[in-house]
Amino acid sequence: MSMLELREVSKSYGQGSAEVQALREVSLSAAEGEMVAVMGPSGSGKSTLLTIAGTLEGPTTGEVLIAGQPVSTASRGAKARLRRRVIGYVFQDFNLLPGLTAAENVSLPLELDGLSARKARLAGLRALDRLGLGERAGHYPDQLSGGERQRVAIARAMVGERRLLLADEPSGALDSVNAQAVMRLLHAACKDGRMAAVVVTHDAQLASWADRVVFLRDGRVTDQTAPAPGPESLLTPELNQ
Amino acid sequence: MSVRHAMLALLSEGPKYGLQLRAEFEARTGEVWPLNVGQVYTTLQRLERDGLVESDGAGEAGPQKGFLITAEGERELARWLRTPPDLSSPPRDELVMKVLVARHVPSADVHAVIQAHRRYLVELMQQWTRIKEDDTGSDLGMLLAVDAELFRLDSVVRWLDAAEARVRRAAADGAMTWADQASPQNPTRAPLPRHRREARLRG
Repeated sequence: MSMLELREVSKSYGQGSAEVQALREVSLSAAEGEMVAVMGPSGSGKSTLLTIAGTLEGPTTGEVLIAGQPVSTASRGAKARLRRRVIGYVFQDFNLLPGLTAAENVSLPLELDGLSARKARLAGLRALDRLGLGERAGHYPDQLSGGERQRVAIARAMVGERRLLLADEPSGALDSVNAQAVMRLLHAACKDGRMAAVVVTHDAQLASWADRVVFLRDGRVTDQTAPAPGPESLLTPELNQ
Repeated sequence: MSVRHAMLALLSEGPKYGLQLRAEFEARTGEVWPLNVGQVYTTLQRLERDGLVESDGAGEAGPQKGFLITAEGERELARWLRTPPDLSSPPRDELVMKVLVARHVPSADVHAVIQAHRRYLVELMQQWTRIKEDDTGSDLGMLLAVDAELFRLDSVVRWLDAAEARVRRAAADGAMTWADQASPQNPTRAPLPRHRREARLRG
């Protein structure tokens, strides 16, 4: 099932001579269990694509479907529920609340959604455990390393029954080892659960964790990778000459 | 890749048979570079001829023949490990050539050429990354070899990104490089960097 579908989405800002076309007829989908990376240079429309996929902004033209439901016909309240229950966001700079512990940061979205504090806390602890942070649940963000903070942010994005994970340069502030670890976690989250993920990055090594890589240029999808064959073909090259 | 020195490195751990050397070489390098058995025995014969290894028998090289490293072999191995390979001259890279040439082919869209290579490289990187998906219990040599390949491919993708940005900027600025300025009417070119001039003279 397609968790996210963008159908010929265009987005422009401003009017007349000041009009900027951020996205042009972009069609993109991410199925359950699939991780899609969007690669492109600065200004290619990557972040706009994510904000529209996350229903934080509407497209100028085109249609967005989340879990098969068109967003354009959803009420304001229904969109807010989608954002709280179905979509998880991961940002480059973590966006954790400094006055809350790791567990409180992770369980907050569930509490805001009306779940009891106890149930929310249990779900938060489970999510932290899944990312290997069970023992750091009581720590505040400033007591955690950069890599741990991003794992908390991923736990927060996955907690509950989230089905669509949107990540904007999630490894941007991390060293290469931690950046790889973050991508491994996102990839595993898609494979283990029933999630789909769209990850925006300019880094080919990070994008290569994805099942499919979509290339964006000047607001258009210009190309995408074919489904990769298994790694076996790499390990049986011709015998050395 | 120096199979010769890789054999010396394996023998520095203790005496070994040829087949064992082949299996260990492939295991240590993450099976990224398979060897055929003939290559192993030819290499060992040459190492023996050069006094870098000794065998435990005078017969033909074969499965039953063991080899050990000599003191001279140990010195050669230490020297090789510390000697950087010669990277001073840019290799005649086919991909680089294609992008450089595409700029001057009227029917070619250099951006499409760049993207075709970029997509291929990222697809290859996806394949290599699949190997790292579950690295628990994976051989360290294989993980190091996979990382090396990923970094190498990544550097080419980065070059393509930079090349594309540069071509776009040049098109926007209407800028011309020193090579573009040279023509029969205007043969003057900016001077080559000194080391390239010297290399050209040496060549």
